[in-house]
Formats: sequence, C-alpha cells, structure tokens
Amino acid sequence: MRITGKTVVFPVDNIDTDQIIPARFLKTISKAGLGDQLFYDWRYEANGAPKPDFILNADSAKGAEILVAGANFGCGSSREHAPWALTQFGFKAVVSTSFADIFKGNALKNGLLPVIVPPAVHAALIQAPGVVVTIDLASQTLTMPDGTSTQFPIDAFAKHCLLEGVDELGYLLKQDAAIAAYESRRVGSVNTLA
Amino acid sequence: MTKPRTIIEKIWDSHVVSQQPGAPALLYIDLHLVHEVTSPQAFDGLRRRGLKVRRPDLTIATTDHSTPTTPRGLPIVDKVAAAQVEQLEANCREFGIRCYGLSSDKQGIVHVMGPEQGLTQPGMTVVCGDSHTATHGAFGALAFGIGTSQVEHVLATQCLLQTPSKTFAVRVDGSLKPGVTAKDIILNLLSRIGIGGATGCVIEYSGSAIRALSMEERMTVCNMSIEGGARAGLISPDDTTYQYVSGRPFAPKGAEFDAAVALWKTLPTDEGATFDREISIDASALEPMITFGTNPGMGISISAPVPDPGGIADPLERETLKKALHYMDLPSGKPLLGHSVNVVFIGSCTNSRISDLRAAAQVFKGRKVNPNVRVMVVPGSQQVKAQAQAEGLDKIFRDAGADWREAGCSMCIAMNGDQLQPGEYSVSTSNRNFEGRQGKGGRTFLASPLTAAASAVTGVITDVRTLL
Repeated sequence: MRITGKTVVFPVDNIDTDQIIPARFLKTISKAGLGDQLFYDWRYEANGAPKPDFILNADSAKGAEILVAGANFGCGSSREHAPWALTQFGFKAVVSTSFADIFKGNALKNGLLPVIVPPAVHAALIQAPGVVVTIDLASQTLTMPDGTSTQFPIDAFAKHCLLEGVDELGYLLKQDAAIAAYESRRVGSVNTLA
Repeated sequence: MTKPRTIIEKIWDSHVVSQQPGAPALLYIDLHLVHEVTSPQAFDGLRRRGLKVRRPDLTIATTDHSTPTTPRGLPIVDKVAAAQVEQLEANCREFGIRCYGLSSDKQGIVHVMGPEQGLTQPGMTVVCGDSHTATHGAFGALAFGIGTSQVEHVLATQCLLQTPSKTFAVRVDGSLKPGVTAKDIILNLLSRIGIGGATGCVIEYSGSAIRALSMEERMTVCNMSIEGGARAGLISPDDTTYQYVSGRPFAPKGAEFDAAVALWKTLPTDEGATFDREISIDASALEPMITFGTNPGMGISISAPVPDPGGIADPLERETLKKALHYMDLPSGKPLLGHSVNVVFIGSCTNSRISDLRAAAQVFKGRKVNPNVRVMVVPGSQQVKAQAQAEGLDKIFRDAGADWREAGCSMCIAMNGDQLQPGEYSVSTSNRNFEGRQGKGGRTFLASPLTAAASAVTGVITDVRTLL
C-alpha cells in the first residue's frame, strides 16, 4: 500500500468526530453517501452553500488524498461514520502528531492510514500545504518532496491485514475452536448472564 | 508470591482466549450492549456473510440515541430516525437478541439501563458501539467503546482483537465540600490532563473520595474517562458495588451471589501493583466546575476567570483556545458567573440517574425557572422516570416550569429533535461541549446537575452554593 498524493492542511488540534461528521447524519442505516457530509458544519453555510473560507472548499484542496491535521485527531465519539466519511470523500491517509484510540482503530479497519509524525515533520507539512508526499505502508515511511523520509509507527497486525488483504473478521472466525474451549472453561461462571 | 497486579491486568488476564505470535490478544467479551445508531451496518455485515450472533444471551439492545423524548404514544416524526429505531427492533428479532425497545418499561440510555438491570457486574469485559461505555467501569468492569466493525466482530465471535493499554492511577483523596459533586471531580481531572491526556490508557480511580461515592456517582466519574482520551476508566469494587448489584434482575441470586462476591473480592488492585502513570487530586480543594470552551478539558472552577490565549506559548494550542472562545463568543480573563443562559439540559448517560434528578429537584423545589430559560429534564431510563414520578420529582420540575421528558440521550447528542438553536447558550449535565454537539451553532457549558439547576433558576451561570 503506497499512496502518493497531495496534502490538504487543516492545522487544528483535537478535531473531534462530531466535527468530522455531525451526529444528525448518523441516523442512516447504511454506510453510503457520507462523503458529502464530511465536516458538514465547517464546510457549508446554513443554506447549504459552501463556505468560501473552509479549506476543503478551496480549489487547492481538489484531489487531495492526504489530510494533515492537528494533534489528537478523531477524539470523542466512537462513530465509525468518521473514517467512512473521510474515505468516501477521497482521503487515504490522515497525518498528525497523535490520534484518538478508537478513531485510529476504526480508520485502520477501513484502509485509512493514521500516520503519526514527529512535531518537526508535522510543522514542515503545515508550512507547505498542497505538497505531494508518498506514504508507504510496507516500509512505514512518509517521504517529503525533497526526498527526506520519516518512519511512522503503525499497529503490526493492522499493517499485516492491510498489506496481505487479511479480513479481520475472517481471522476471528477461524479462532472458533479456541473460543469454544474458552467458553467451556467458563461454563457456570458467575459472569454468565444466560 | 506472584507479581502484584492492577484490577485492569486481572480482568485482562482472565479474558484472554488466545495469544498468537504477531497478533493482538483475542479477548473474550462478557456483555455486549447494542443501540440503534452504531449497529445496523454490523447486522448487515452478518447477513452478507450468512453469520449468526454467537452469544445472543450475552447481547442486549435498547434504543436511545435517535429516540424521541416526546410522549411514547406519538409516532416518530423524523422518518429517518423512525426507520433506524425500527431496524434495530427488526435486527434483534431476526438474530434472537433481547431488545428493550420504545414500548419497553426497561428502555433507556444503554449506560443507564445496563447497570440498573444488573447486567453490568464486577470483573466483566463490557463493550458497546459507544464511547461512553467506560461508564460500566464503575463496577470494576473493563468497559470500552468500539466502532461498528468491532460491533460486527463481537456479534459474530464474542471476541475482539486487542492490545493491552497503559495503566493510569487517578487518586482522589479528601472529602468533597457541599455543592461539589462527582461531576466536578471528573471535570477537574479533565481540566488538568486535557482532552488527549489519557490517550492509550485505562484509568483506575481510587482514593478515599472515590470510595465515598455512591455507584451512580462513580458512573458519572467513569463515564467521562473517554473525554481525556482514555480507553476505559474503572473503580475496584467494594461493598457499595456489591450492595448495588444485589437483587437486580440479571444479578446472581442466593448462593450464586455469595460465590460471585467471593470472586469479585479478588479483583481490587493488589498492594504494591504499579501503574504507568499516576496523578493525585485533593477532593477537599475542589469547587464546582464548569467548561468554557469546545472540549471537555476546557474547564475551570466556577469562580475562576476564562483563560487568556495570550498566555499560551504553543501556537497550535493558542489557536485552538482562540477558536474555542470565538465559537463560544466569550471574553477571556473574566469568570463565567453571571453569564446569561438560554437553555438548561439535565440528562445524558453522565447525569440522568435518580440521584442526579434528586439533586436537581432539591434546587428547583419551591423555586421557579427563570422566564428566559428553557429547561429540559430527561430521565436516563423508563425505570428512572418511574422512580422519579413515585417520589414526586416530576411535579417539582413541572411546578418550577421545567419540561419533564421521556428517556433517551436527547440533547446530549441532539439526534432526536431535542437541540439548541444557533447561538444559544446551554448549561448541560452531559459530557461533550464540542461545536454543534447540542445543535448546530449551539454553545454548551458542562456542569453538575446542581450547577445546571441553579443556573436554570437564576437565568445566569450561578454558583449553586449561594442557593443551598
């Protein structure tokens, strides 16, 4: 998995999932159609017209596949609608100095890479909005236009699943014998509600 | 002698099904709570693969988020919400899951319903597609929020792939002063560590002030662990816990209960166990807390001034605070006391239990809501509602001029039609003050039920101690 794409820079800390997709859009029972609702209240006026000063509405943001955002991206609610909306909009990676735990897990399950970079690299990306960078999952590197590259951490199992096309639920289902053995060890356990 | 362990490690160790090299642990889940918003796509996934729910007996659903708080006999006006609520009930019928739906007398906010039914018990692993699942940690359970993919995983296998979190000890000692509550403890912690301050951690709350809290107060504290970024927050069980669980519908009975208590008594953190991080709070020094900004970590003592962005060195942090104060349309350097309020919301999985309603009623009794303020009191569950009505609390709220509603998440998440109008200010007992959380353009001050009720009566942000 290798992404070479343009960045769009949104240097705000603590962007919560209520901003990524407001709760009123969570009444859907489907995963589809959420890209239009991404950052809705920051992106649109009350009458539905795009806000001219919001970064994702700028011409420079068209076709951007990498979102560079502030620290603790994705905090708040556990809604997986947040990575669904980001990927449906066209993002393939979010770059920040840190991510909220639940968002990070949800993103990886949807092929959206949460890329954690050191503050200096983050600052350089903020200074140069719209640059084309390459994110390579196999080597866990982000490469800047000048060729300098930075390693980023990523959950080893999630990386394996993404690179090898392993379906996590399929993996879990194969553990059936171990799960059944655990359940039989715990028959009559006080924690059983049956 | 074995190595001393925290309660977090004990629960983890007893729930590891298997540990394959190069993979996370397979963790068994004892209780899976389900609601209408984060489950439909997971049930669709099961249908696509032709899978069943592995343990419908350990899975229980209720409707809360999209659920109207208008009288239950009325149809759901919002067609999209109505379809979502109906879909939950249909999915539960199809997969054989108990569902406390709209017509059930057990319906309620999932984190209020679970404990009151005795579903939540010490030593359990509890998950729900909801970040406030940490609420159940009050019982000494490892309880955490998950996304919809993981909801599907648990439905299908009763397991999750998990890696252990860091451990974070929050010790709260001393006695709370009158007018200061569990909500103020957690808002104070969040103001110290910030909204990302506990990311990657599971918190154990301990100390004499935590021991002195009732179960409902402990739930308020654990509920907001996620607002510091913590994966979960829990409290080692004690007699307060066992007494609360005893006699509830799903609690073990008779000799089984005694056996359970004997097991639960082995759960508390061992003497000498170590944590990755620690912080101490002096409860006796706390004042009522209130938030001024757009995340729950932006809180101050009620008489303290709103911080000045000019005093912050880090440029991104400074911009974040400036952006928050701009959204809230608040000056820095002045306390919030006396700031006018349009709405007061008393409810949510943080503060909608009977003790919260009693606290609010104590302030409303014999007083009137300020005519400029709209007040909504939303019980956490049908059971809480019935209890409040049996005690006459509904009459106190109505006589004061507050609106007494049906159970649900309501204006905490503003999905069900209960919401702020653009520009309105609300004092809310809920858990999030994010931009637009309570309605597009709405502005939220988070506080305790006492502070909310006091502000409802005066029409301005008020130190409840002046009314007690």
